[in-house]
Amino acid sequence: MQTKIVGALRQALIEEMDRDPAVVLLGQDIEVFGGAYRVTEGLAARYGSQRVRDTPISEAAMIGAAVGAAMTGLRPVVEIQFNDFIACGMDQLCNQAAKIRFMMGGQVAVPMVLRAPCGATGRAAQHSQSLEAWFMHTPGLKVLMPSSPYDAKGLLKSAIRDDNPVVVLEHKMLYGGASPGGKAKTAVDSLGAAYRPAPDEEYLVPLGRAEIKRPGRDLTVVATGLMVHKALAAAAELEKEGISLEVLDPRTLAPLDREAILDSVARTGRAVIASEDVITCGFGAEVAALLADRGLFHLLAPVRRVCVPDTPIPFAPALEQEVIPQVQDILRAVREVLEASA
Amino acid sequence: MEPTNRTKHRDRPGRLDRGTALGLYRTMVRIRKFEEELFRLFSTRAMPGSMHQYDGEEAVAAGVCAHLGIQDYVSSTHRGHGHCIAKGADLRAVMAEMFAKDTGCCRGLGGSMHIADFRVGMLGANGIVAGGIPHAVGAAWSAQYLGNGRVSVAFFGDGAANEGVFHESLNLAAVWKLPVVFVCENNLYGFSTHYRRVTAVQDIATRAAAYAMPGRVADGMDPQAVYEAAGEALARARRGEGPSLLECKTYRFRGHSRFEPAGYRTKEELEAWRTRDPLPAWRARLSAEWGVPEAELAAVEREADREIADAVSFAESSPDPQPGSWRRYIYAEG
Repeated sequence: MQTKIVGALRQALIEEMDRDPAVVLLGQDIEVFGGAYRVTEGLAARYGSQRVRDTPISEAAMIGAAVGAAMTGLRPVVEIQFNDFIACGMDQLCNQAAKIRFMMGGQVAVPMVLRAPCGATGRAAQHSQSLEAWFMHTPGLKVLMPSSPYDAKGLLKSAIRDDNPVVVLEHKMLYGGASPGGKAKTAVDSLGAAYRPAPDEEYLVPLGRAEIKRPGRDLTVVATGLMVHKALAAAAELEKEGISLEVLDPRTLAPLDREAILDSVARTGRAVIASEDVITCGFGAEVAALLADRGLFHLLAPVRRVCVPDTPIPFAPALEQEVIPQVQDILRAVREVLEASA
Repeated sequence: MEPTNRTKHRDRPGRLDRGTALGLYRTMVRIRKFEEELFRLFSTRAMPGSMHQYDGEEAVAAGVCAHLGIQDYVSSTHRGHGHCIAKGADLRAVMAEMFAKDTGCCRGLGGSMHIADFRVGMLGANGIVAGGIPHAVGAAWSAQYLGNGRVSVAFFGDGAANEGVFHESLNLAAVWKLPVVFVCENNLYGFSTHYRRVTAVQDIATRAAAYAMPGRVADGMDPQAVYEAAGEALARARRGEGPSLLECKTYRFRGHSRFEPAGYRTKEELEAWRTRDPLPAWRARLSAEWGVPEAELAAVEREADREIADAVSFAESSPDPQPGSWRRYIYAEG
């Protein structure tokens, strides 16, 4: 059983590499060092350096080579050290990987996975973003964001077996492993049962399927990644006041499980969206638009987004935490929505 | 596996065997006639979009691809018709793609800039300058990993050699000792800009030194020169000794894209390069040095005409894509 996401991801890689020799790993510091967040620790010893390969610091060539390999029989899994660095290889991900199957009329598939840590952990504006909206905005990509070891293992296994380019964004605060330099500020120890361990046996979490992490009556919080746990903390708090929150974790952001969101809001009549990306054109904007388009008559009150304002992430810890959504921010948004509908 | 043509060539240094020499001509003729017909079609009919034509550069695609089997890989550029044809792509499907027909190799979803034929290892033209280079690296990586003896070629232009991913790709290929050959088609201009105005080196091939691989300049107007230089580089790749960079000095006879008049080039420059047109020159050599009779050369040309006429009529009589057909290819099932 894996109780941390780091171990769950590693277990997923091991199971899939054992199952399919076409699965190969590449990334910076993954072979000798075992990965900046230790996900690939021990894998080079197990599979050899032909299958677990250190690369130069060349995101464009790494992602581009994965595209070429994926088109010719391999199933590469690329680790990008921080999701911010994907910008250096953006053409290869968004103009190439995402579009090749389409542009070439379905002649070929590009079965590759790109894993990258996201989220703020005291590293300032170029190591702290949550860039899911960039990738959601690129048809052809699938985008995943696990919030528990259980989901991380099951989703990564599905991603590796999927014939499309899949981006897996892993929140650093949820890894539960040491960070580079060993100064981990992990949230894991304070997380509850929703940080569900990954069993050792074989299972898949299907892509495109949301999960209700906590059922409730009064309001749906659609939350991603670390925000799932903050929403659950808010739900526990509000329960004392007799307010019942439903917490829905989409798990796959593209393709989004729109029906699950609409179904939940149809039951609760209210929605708050909690995510760690910036507000404009972000994940929350997409869900709010969905509710305006197709869920308006379910709603008893306006929808609220709890996310990062339109700012780069500041370095000073207090300022970082000021712009990152907190449990208190979710509580405030929920209360405002409840009052607005009274 | 060493291509048989190379072996024969080694047996008789300085002279290609007749079949290879004629094969180079056949490939160049097919490309030239394809481009001429496309230009005519674009001029006289409503064909959609834009295109970047390859006439003038035929010796490069012909000379390199003569060493490749359909199991080997090439990645290409926005100027990719020649690579597609030289690699053996289905002319009907390629032509139909120019017409944006449902029978096109990309079902009308890609057009000139995305033609590909995966059945013959043609991994695709590319609308992003240098975008295809790392794909050839990745294909070479899969060949190395799978141990299937395949090699890979990245075609790109002088402009691409100033993109970051060119440098990243050469370095990665060298570090991993991959079976790939980087073929720079230096046609002197990136759109309107002469490469010497924007490139620090005279010969792009010298950049190979930065990545500890052989770099070589070949006359891109001479199919034999390209054939021999590419043969050496590909043999090295097949021996597992790693990548090479081959720069072919060449020239595009037309503008950058559809009807672009190329006013930034002098008439004298164009005329000077036209005197080096590889087709008439190679035709004359075939007859003088290999004794290929006129009738046989004419038959090659007639066959190309017939093939292209057939491709055009296939394309013209093909259906347009159905409305909504684009939905089918955004994601692969499963």
